[in-house]
Amino acid sequence: MVKKTITKDELFNIIAQIPDPEIPVLSIGELGVLRNIEMHQDKVVVVITPTYSGCPAMKFFEQEILSVAKEAGVNYVEIKTIYSPVWTTDWISDTAKMKLKEYGIAPPQGTSDKSFLFGQPKKINCPKCHSENTELKSQFGSTSCKALYFCKQCTEPFEYFKCI
Amino acid sequence: MTVNEALFNYCLRLGDNSLILSHRLSEWTGKAPILEEDLAITNIALDKLGQARFLLQYAAQLEGKGKTEDDLAYKRSEREFYNSLLVEQPNGDFSFTMARQLLNDVFDFFLYEELTKSTNEPLASLAAKSLKEIKYHLRHCSEWIIRLGDGTEESHSRIQNSLNELWAYTGELFEMNEIDSVLIKENSVPDVSKLKPKWNNMLCEIFEKATLKKPEDGFMHTGSRKGIHSEYLGFILAEMQYLPRAYPSATW
Repeated sequence: MVKKTITKDELFNIIAQIPDPEIPVLSIGELGVLRNIEMHQDKVVVVITPTYSGCPAMKFFEQEILSVAKEAGVNYVEIKTIYSPVWTTDWISDTAKMKLKEYGIAPPQGTSDKSFLFGQPKKINCPKCHSENTELKSQFGSTSCKALYFCKQCTEPFEYFKCI
Repeated sequence: MTVNEALFNYCLRLGDNSLILSHRLSEWTGKAPILEEDLAITNIALDKLGQARFLLQYAAQLEGKGKTEDDLAYKRSEREFYNSLLVEQPNGDFSFTMARQLLNDVFDFFLYEELTKSTNEPLASLAAKSLKEIKYHLRHCSEWIIRLGDGTEESHSRIQNSLNELWAYTGELFEMNEIDSVLIKENSVPDVSKLKPKWNNMLCEIFEKATLKKPEDGFMHTGSRKGIHSEYLGFILAEMQYLPRAYPSATW
């Protein structure tokens, strides 16, 4: 069977749909992990960037990209991991931020804090009851990209996608 | 020494530092004082491992012998490791781990800040990435230093003793050799001796908030730039390298 040749945009859109294993409401396209696709004569190069240096989901993404591409009829795929430009939470779109909030994770607020050493932790609204009466429990949550907060209003713990 | 050789060795130095510190931190998995701290320490260990992986991957590429980052991590012996003596020191009590982290992170913060300006593109981009992570690590351990120092009599004396003991490993952080001279000429790496005043100032600021005394400079341990280590590194490698050495073809 001869498959119709897939265009760069079509392939990009398919790969961009791969969900994050830890935050399944977001895809690698929405997170900004998927940077580019290069169409070569003999292969396709998929360019990705990690959110954090040690992000364990990268291996999962690589496997998913290969299998999704194969399903789309693209067999020769090479994955290139780049570190520059540096991934930042600023790349997460407003729509994606809304999805995070609906999922129960407080989305990143503003940009990375400059007074990082002695500055007060940011006031983060509870994603469930929207109260500002919250408290930072730990800068490090269940994954590198999240911090742990507690809502004193509804007494629920919640995660905050921290700015980087 | 060619620029390429110097760069290879410099990446081993940075990569080994991250790898060994990551290993030490991972020893806390499941037994940190509180759950939140368990998550924090292992998250920091993971960031350090990611940084090590990039650096050793790049080193393997520079060496050009077809090795991978795993070959460099698992198949070198003690004398071929160039991490600082500071990061290989055993965890001790919680204050000791936090003190070790602080002394290392303040240094790394200024070093990586300079490295973001490197003319070497891979180093500059790794530094930009790592710096964002280091800021979170540094904030975390400095908060603990302040909390322990300005806490009870017991916590105060423990953190002060830990800092006093570890201070003798800080002189080495600012040592340079031929590798540095070659790369400084290329504007690839900073002159670390120039970072010392900033390192001192930031530490003093933290110590003041923590009601701690800055330890006095005295005897300083040295050796890691030549691959000479304290007795602890061998034990770390024995554990870390056991599986790939016992079962060389094992895959995950």
